[in-house]
Amino acid sequence: MDVLYFAWVRERIGHPKDRIESTPATVMDLVEELRAREERYAAAFSDLTALRVAVDQELRDFDAPLTGAREVAFFPPMTGG
Amino acid sequence: MDIRVQEVPFDLGAEANAFAARQTGMGAVVTFTGIVRDLGGDLAAMEIEHYPGMTEKALRAIADEAADRWQIGDALILHRHGRLAPDEMIMMVATASRHRTDAFQAAEFLMDFLKSRAPFWKKEVTEAGEDWVAARVEDEDALSRW
Repeated sequence: MDVLYFAWVRERIGHPKDRIESTPATVMDLVEELRAREERYAAAFSDLTALRVAVDQELRDFDAPLTGAREVAFFPPMTGG
Repeated sequence: MDIRVQEVPFDLGAEANAFAARQTGMGAVVTFTGIVRDLGGDLAAMEIEHYPGMTEKALRAIADEAADRWQIGDALILHRHGRLAPDEMIMMVATASRHRTDAFQAAEFLMDFLKSRAPFWKKEVTEAGEDWVAARVEDEDALSRW
């Protein structure tokens, strides 16, 4: 599945997209897997209250299942308008 | 419903006129326009990032929700991304209804939801550096009134 990062999450991790070959059961499992990768991932995911997540382009909670998901995106609270 | 996400500037007058002209039987058209503010006096640019694909879907869902709640004949949401200068127009919404109350309320609803439910992020660029704009608690609280 594709994992996308936007705004300061993208800047902190250093690139806009990762491709994940594993099959985490939930968003939180994916977060734990990413945190374990490198320090910059751990830093980006240190405070989940500062993050929002979308699964297949729909806003979801961190305990949402990832069964069949093709795209997960992490970003800060939105500031449009 | 007309949903557009674009980098190029838009002409508010032309958009408002075209929107009003394509309505039939609507007695009211409300428009709102958001403009880049230079609060500190040193803003060089506002950079707007978005999530292509999800942005359009989220905006359409917000417009559909407004159409379920109010008697609106049509709605337009136009939002720019990329690098904008102070005083440039960022976005606009327009709503049309038979009577003004529905058009006003639907336009406010569209604004409240697109501020914190559509995937846009603003970054302020000044001489001192760059800063992502933090989401405001009031913007999240504004959703609860609907």
